[in-house]
Amino acid sequence: MKANSQSYSQLAPKKKDSWKKLPVVHFVISNSGILIALIGLILFFALTTSTFMTTSNILNVLRQISINAIIAFGMTFTILITGIDLSVGSILAASQVITIGLLFMGVPIVPALAGGILIGGVLGLINGFVITKGKIPPFIVTLSMMIMARGFSYVLTGGRPMSFNNEILSFIGNGYIGPIPVPVIIMVICLIITSFVLNKTKFGRHVYAVGGNREAARFSGIRISKIEMMVYTISGLLAGLSGVILAARMSSAQPTSGSGFELDAIAAVVLGGTSFSGGIGKIGGVFIGALIIGVLNNGLNLLHVSSYWQMIIKGLVIVTAVYVDSLKKKKRT
Amino acid sequence: MENITPLLQMKQISKSFPGVKALDQVRLEVRTGEVHALLGENGAGKSTLIKILGGVLVPDEGEIYFDGTKVEIKDVSFSESIGISVIHQELCLAPNMTVAENIVLGREPSKGPLQLVNTKEIMQFGQKILDQFELDIDAGEYVGNLTVAQQQMVEIAKALSKDNRIIVMDEPTSSLTEKEVVKLLDTIRGLRQKGVSVIYISHRMEELFAIADKVTILRDGTYVGTRNMKDTSYQEMVQMMVGRELSEIYAKPTVQPGEKIFEVRNLSSGTRVKNVSFSLCKGEILGFYGLVGSGRTELMRTIFGIDKAVSGDIYLNQNKIRIQNPQDAINCGIGFVPEDRKEQGAILIQSVAYNISLSVLDNLIKWFQVDRRQEDSLVDEYINKLSIRTPSPEQKLMNLSGGNQQKAIISKWLAMKPSILILDEPTRGIDVGAKKEIYSIMSALAQSGVSIIMVSSELPEIINMSTRVITMNQGEISGELTMESEITQENILTHATGGLKNESEFSKL
Repeated sequence: MKANSQSYSQLAPKKKDSWKKLPVVHFVISNSGILIALIGLILFFALTTSTFMTTSNILNVLRQISINAIIAFGMTFTILITGIDLSVGSILAASQVITIGLLFMGVPIVPALAGGILIGGVLGLINGFVITKGKIPPFIVTLSMMIMARGFSYVLTGGRPMSFNNEILSFIGNGYIGPIPVPVIIMVICLIITSFVLNKTKFGRHVYAVGGNREAARFSGIRISKIEMMVYTISGLLAGLSGVILAARMSSAQPTSGSGFELDAIAAVVLGGTSFSGGIGKIGGVFIGALIIGVLNNGLNLLHVSSYWQMIIKGLVIVTAVYVDSLKKKKRT
Repeated sequence: MENITPLLQMKQISKSFPGVKALDQVRLEVRTGEVHALLGENGAGKSTLIKILGGVLVPDEGEIYFDGTKVEIKDVSFSESIGISVIHQELCLAPNMTVAENIVLGREPSKGPLQLVNTKEIMQFGQKILDQFELDIDAGEYVGNLTVAQQQMVEIAKALSKDNRIIVMDEPTSSLTEKEVVKLLDTIRGLRQKGVSVIYISHRMEELFAIADKVTILRDGTYVGTRNMKDTSYQEMVQMMVGRELSEIYAKPTVQPGEKIFEVRNLSSGTRVKNVSFSLCKGEILGFYGLVGSGRTELMRTIFGIDKAVSGDIYLNQNKIRIQNPQDAINCGIGFVPEDRKEQGAILIQSVAYNISLSVLDNLIKWFQVDRRQEDSLVDEYINKLSIRTPSPEQKLMNLSGGNQQKAIISKWLAMKPSILILDEPTRGIDVGAKKEIYSIMSALAQSGVSIIMVSSELPEIINMSTRVITMNQGEISGELTMESEITQENILTHATGGLKNESEFSKL
């Protein structure tokens, strides 16, 4: 607790500046570091390319990040309670396979989509169950799930991609409501719901309490195992939802898809100011984190930077952003 | 009165942990509206008993009766549901949440199937509680930004904001100023009048005499006795607690300290060490006393190079030295036995031998590997010298009792032949027998010319072992007591709580 205390001062709105308590203002202040980074990147790409700042490209960026952002929202819950979920990429693949597989078997579209989301929830619940009942570290449990869920996808497909054409499915992946792509709308709904759950519900409070001081939470009568189990289920459900969106987007399922997605999600969560020591972090920040990664990918592509160099640049940006953020936190104390 | 069924009866409670029997057939009876003190040395089992009552631990044996009916306290929620609330010794607040959120933690008022919480409502409730206790704390402030004393008051306010029949306070005053203590004792009197029972754990005898109706004394995990407060005396309580005369335990060194060998001038670091100067003589035991959060530990960490000094100088034998990391300190002959054995002092999953030889491996290397024969003889030497009770040097450290773990850690430092040894809470959580041994080790070291700095929050230890005492308050040195006759409980506490300005508060106790 002592070692951590330096990071709390940045959270505190000061007493008399009541205008700073306005949610929007408070959000901008507490995320000022990464917001500046995001704006800087946007300005840079707007000046160096002619295509970046067009409506269609911006909507494109949003659609590209939607899957990573949704996974990252779930990842935020696990990192808030000092856990981790490495299995999200594989769960995504499993859910994709299940969705397309069910459609293949003649199951109607709605239950097929529900099945894809549900399999994610079930695998997440298994993660939570093994972590709490077996008292095995989340890293190891979700690592095992990562391997197993991947294997499961291979077993179901025999290692081959499957495709299926359906209008509704295609609408979810590639359609628009007004000018907005459907995946973006789903992402925004997830953003609102997860943010609401963390900030406005008792469960959300308890997630922060477990992450801030597990013992204190226990002494306050909070059932930690229940919270943990729900957190991993949420992470699984959101990974499942991403799988369904990806299935819809490609009208197909590939057992290999989603590998490495867990790392992109963790990067977004960390960029968003979530502390690995738990208890600190907001969904809004994570969304900005996902945006930074998306803008980088998109802008570097427009600049025709080779994908090998892109990796190096992405890594540098992540570590620099987090370092600058930690300096800012130290300064405040 | 005597034939009324007590509100709480704990009978024949036993609890074992690997390697220790923490409680052995202990009992406790508390009546309605009674302030019942629980007294015993560190490691006597008070905290374990309280954790059982609070539902944090489940006893191996024994029965608990509440209001005449037998109950099984299987978890915290159950304990709370029957009206028991515990203020634990280690602060139990989430630093990443606001004061108000912490006050309602686990019982947030919530609406509907989604269990929605209303931030404004929580904030108002929290502020109301804080105002009720006249605390100058903002309910919207994050707990991580509060001082230790403020956190303690929040913890107390949290417990008192519930409808309780029994409130347990485990060392509630350990980090409070006299003024806050007076306020707390007033609050307890108010609770007693309302028929709430209070189980009160404290080492400060004057508080017990001021507030308690009865006292139950534990020693080494066993029940010693229960007395009416007005029928007992300080002497009797200490004897019951310790099990022998005080003079048998402590062994102050008898030689006069020598010349000045070590000096700290105007040292500052972080927010907890402010402009500290003091000196240390050869062969003395210099006691450092201060309330929790006074900066004692931080000062020692700075001297040892763990925390960075912002300004100030350190002199060894009149020569200015630079200590930038622990390795520098060790090279200068300074040893440091930290406060937290489990996390900083030793590698518990490794063997006794491994731990003792760890820091002197450089000296034991022959060719490219550690010379086992030399290592064994070094380890044996210290196991004998400090009489560490272990079945073999290869036994894992975690299987030893706290006292023997501590002796192994001290051995590790002695193996480096330090000229200055800093001991932070050297006897925390170990039994009386082992304490006595550690005191005589300290004394023998001092006699042989090693200078010892002993940081402790146990007054008896400070008073009976130190040849000189320095008190700290809010990061500064607030007093120094050099004469044998000056080293008294009253003097130390007065200096440690910020000097004479609060003296008048004492008389109100």
